[in-house]
Amino acid sequence: MAEVSSNFLYAAFLLYLVATFLFGGAIKDKRGAEEKKQNKWAKLGIFTTILGFAAQIGYFITRWIAAGHAPVSNLFEFTTFFGMMLVGAFILIYFLYKTPALGLFALPIALLIIAYASMFPTEIAPLIPALQSDWLHIHVTTAAAGQSILAISFIAAIIYLVKFVDQTQSSKRTFWLEFIMFTLVSAIAFVIITSTFSAMDYKANFDWVDKHGAEVKQEFNLPALVGPNEGKLIEPDRFEPMASMPPLINAKKLNTVIWSIGMGLVLYGLIRLIARKRVAALIKPIVKNVNLNLLDEISYRSVLIGFPIFTLGALIFAMIWAQVAWTRFWGWDPKEVWALVTWLFYAAFLHLRMSKGWQGEKSAWLAVIGFAIMIFNLIFVNLVIAGLHSYA
Amino acid sequence: MNKKKRRLISRTIILLLLGAALVFALYTNFTKDKNESLRKGSDAPNFVLTDMEGKAHKLSDYKGKGVFLNFWGTYCKPCEYEMPYMQNQYKNFKDQGVEILAVNVGESNYAVNNFITKHDLTFPVMIDKGREVENAYRVDILPVTFLVDKEGKVIDIITGALTEESIQKHMERIKP
Amino acid sequence: MKEVKCDCGHVNPFGTKICEKCGMLLGNDKENKLIDMRYEGSARRSQTYQKTFIDKIWNFFSSVKVGVTLIVLALVASAIGTILPQEMYIPSTATPAEHYELEYGWVGKLYYELGFHNLYSSWWYLIIIGMLGISLLIASIDRFFPLYRSLKNQGVTRQDGFMKRQRIYGVTKLEDQDINLEEVKSRLKRQRYHIREENGHLLAEKGRFSRWGPYVNHIGLIIFLIGALLRSVPGMYIDKVLWLREGERKEIPGTNGEYYLQNNEFTLDVYDKGNEEDEQYSAAIDKTGTIVKTYQSDVTLYQRKGETIPGEKVDLEKLKDFKIKVNEPLKQDHYALYQVDYKLDELSTMAFNLMNKKTEEKFGSLKVDLNDPQKKYDLGKGYSVDLISYFPDFEFDEKGEPRTISKIPNNPAFIFKMHTPDKPEGEVSFVAIKKNVEPLGENTYKMAFNGVETQDVTALTVRKDLTLWILFSGGIIFMVGVVQGSYWNHRRIWIKRKDDEILIAGHTNKNWHGIKRDIKQALESTSLCEPTDQLEEEKSSTKGEALNG
Repeated sequence: MAEVSSNFLYAAFLLYLVATFLFGGAIKDKRGAEEKKQNKWAKLGIFTTILGFAAQIGYFITRWIAAGHAPVSNLFEFTTFFGMMLVGAFILIYFLYKTPALGLFALPIALLIIAYASMFPTEIAPLIPALQSDWLHIHVTTAAAGQSILAISFIAAIIYLVKFVDQTQSSKRTFWLEFIMFTLVSAIAFVIITSTFSAMDYKANFDWVDKHGAEVKQEFNLPALVGPNEGKLIEPDRFEPMASMPPLINAKKLNTVIWSIGMGLVLYGLIRLIARKRVAALIKPIVKNVNLNLLDEISYRSVLIGFPIFTLGALIFAMIWAQVAWTRFWGWDPKEVWALVTWLFYAAFLHLRMSKGWQGEKSAWLAVIGFAIMIFNLIFVNLVIAGLHSYA
Repeated sequence: MNKKKRRLISRTIILLLLGAALVFALYTNFTKDKNESLRKGSDAPNFVLTDMEGKAHKLSDYKGKGVFLNFWGTYCKPCEYEMPYMQNQYKNFKDQGVEILAVNVGESNYAVNNFITKHDLTFPVMIDKGREVENAYRVDILPVTFLVDKEGKVIDIITGALTEESIQKHMERIKP
Repeated sequence: MKEVKCDCGHVNPFGTKICEKCGMLLGNDKENKLIDMRYEGSARRSQTYQKTFIDKIWNFFSSVKVGVTLIVLALVASAIGTILPQEMYIPSTATPAEHYELEYGWVGKLYYELGFHNLYSSWWYLIIIGMLGISLLIASIDRFFPLYRSLKNQGVTRQDGFMKRQRIYGVTKLEDQDINLEEVKSRLKRQRYHIREENGHLLAEKGRFSRWGPYVNHIGLIIFLIGALLRSVPGMYIDKVLWLREGERKEIPGTNGEYYLQNNEFTLDVYDKGNEEDEQYSAAIDKTGTIVKTYQSDVTLYQRKGETIPGEKVDLEKLKDFKIKVNEPLKQDHYALYQVDYKLDELSTMAFNLMNKKTEEKFGSLKVDLNDPQKKYDLGKGYSVDLISYFPDFEFDEKGEPRTISKIPNNPAFIFKMHTPDKPEGEVSFVAIKKNVEPLGENTYKMAFNGVETQDVTALTVRKDLTLWILFSGGIIFMVGVVQGSYWNHRRIWIKRKDDEILIAGHTNKNWHGIKRDIKQALESTSLCEPTDQLEEEKSSTKGEALNG
């Protein structure tokens, strides 16, 4: 059953990839643009997307059966689910607004998220006592649904900015837009290097001394550019670290970050070198037919639709469950706090938009920041700030 | 004009109420630890415990007398520190209507008896085996002393070790 | 403070920008192509009276700018609190001052010194949240009433200037033919528009109630904050921990002696690869090692019969047996008991043999109950052992004297005096785990260790929280308000019939796509021109780009 499940996921991944190209075709096809209705490419694209979504639901259900609990209990499962909900949210918004351009950006982001997810351990893990509750399914799925709808607002905002920002001269706007592009490229770089070295089964073990002065072992799965404090490499044929970190710093995590940013720079540099223009300028022609007002509205409406769901899942259901499992509905655990931060951020977003009239570009930048906060909560809070939620 | 005045009054009232709520929030936050314990001036919860000689002591029977109610444990250093001073002052104040009740927090008879012999204690010492008295007095940190006056009210709560001088002062306060 | 009388005769409050009734522009922004429809152009009370000190404070809290600033401050402060663990999450044995520096270097030291280790109960964080609450209430009061007033007073017939400056606007020139608006009207009705008519002019409106959404959700938030505030009122909230050994029965703290709880058994189960039902987890178990399946306390709940005072013998009545697990607390009245901690294999008894060191001949055995030891153990035939000193949780103090640091038998140590027929005055032996010292010279006899008995201990949190229902209703009201405001929208379509033309204007507070679709459907196959989105015309005329994507 577990095998069937991972095949389904694989199929979903491929279908999303195909759908991305189909949406690309839809954008290129001028006929659709003029007639204000979807062209054949777009129809095919959304059909393939739905097929992929169905496959991923297949993955979800079969894994649920195999595990005996909803597969949302660790980072791999949750992140995959988030990717799935993102596609779901895209399908919903697509049927409201019929914009193939959205698919061209939403699907690659979903693909990246799913690829990122599979960098984490994928074994079916049993539930620790704190997670053994129906609230696991209710809370996590609703929170992820809310987040993914909010993420659609980011995707619409990115398209908006790519189209809106003037690429003929460099400015603060072009810089920050390139920064977003670079971040996405780095995420791709991370997936590439991690999967490459894991395919090579690269392992380098260190004996090192931690901050308490104790001798410990650590396994690196990427060549260690930086090594742990007083680290001694056990395997002789592995890459010798260029620098050793003080004991307070987790060398393994830092090493991964250095690799991702480094490879991201290489990849990004290559693109710039070949294209001889900014990445955003490179993709700008793709979005030349989109309507800025419509994108602004999609972005805003996604926040309007997503915000209540997010509140329900990530705060209200979360509090109810916390009261049952941890005896108190709120405990200032980092994950809780970051859900609150996200919520406050979107509350500020809505107030700025409704009462201060921040529309269009300003609203788009805000949507980008909102997504950055959610991704920070997903990645950083789970991996770096240890708390009650770090199960992975 | 009348309308304007009414508006000013209603705004003032709302702002005052909200301000009061904020002050209340800050106040309770900073007295959080104290909220957990018994309040000064409240009635001392009644209890009955049997001392090591088999005599039952009921707090309400001591109405009209001051009670120096001390919670302690043999493993607690500051408790041990103040015991000899309590013993000294007990001798002085016994005839002036001040009684000491030393409640041990549920240790074994063996440990308590050893402790009494070691320090030659003559005031009533009792073990709160079920921790019920401790719960009623919301004891958290040892040692803690409740000063109960002749009306049966807790007039003060003192945590931490006491010197002989302060024991004497506190006993003066509850002397009937 | 003068009220503003419009040409149409309607009297508007001071500061009104658009006449409530006819839409006439009363402010100075006649130059603008589109009018700002936020709050219907009504006068926000705060902005009109800026006389006294009270008014100034009021206006401060009423401002959206201040509100958003407070939200951002709360957001940043909350985020800072997650950089390092808060004090409540560091090990309870550690001293915070040292712990932060030791674990996180100078960053930790700074964090501690700035008071960020207790950020969420710091006075300044509470003030931010408190001010946010105040702003929430005042801003709502300030906006609700004028909005309510202007929506109630709105007229059907609007000034041409008002219509022209709507985002959605169109004119149909009438050439001879007379247009019957009945068909349009009935289509709008079918779309659930509420229609008012006046001299042949139409106002179609739907979803007005969604305008109240923000105020409803603010009320919900205020109720939530009140609930949070009430927690510190005595009697509303209890948070205690109850440690219970197996077989032990104690009063549940915080219940005033009303309830007693007995721990019958504590179990800790782990996932087992060998077990058929856990088979699918074997890969994960191999990787992570032991994974706990259940923490469970089998308990019996008792209720006191009659009134007793603490310390008195109580009559207990059994209420129920229950298995407390994580996620499955035991509930009784307003109390809930949660599984929060445990201790496996706490020592309960320790047995010894009195033994001749050389011949290893035994002269009887004794078993010390570590929670209730005896002073003397008589072994018969002239053999006996005195327990001179007992240290349940033994360590040497700074002077090198043995002492106990608690009453819990974590590391028991004993000083025995062994009386035997050949040594009637006794030999002294100091016995601790893996330790046997003879402080007063070489002995003939020893206390040989002869096994232990253990028991598990469970820790339960006792919780009462009477504010929960307030918080919960606050949450529900918030959700109702936020859904009402987000999933519905207030759409209005004005149709004005003039001698030779028909003006159509539309406004919605959000989802312009939706109102455009409504208008399109209503006008379909009539000779009325579909109004256009003036914002888009503006864009496309300046940039000359295609409109659709």
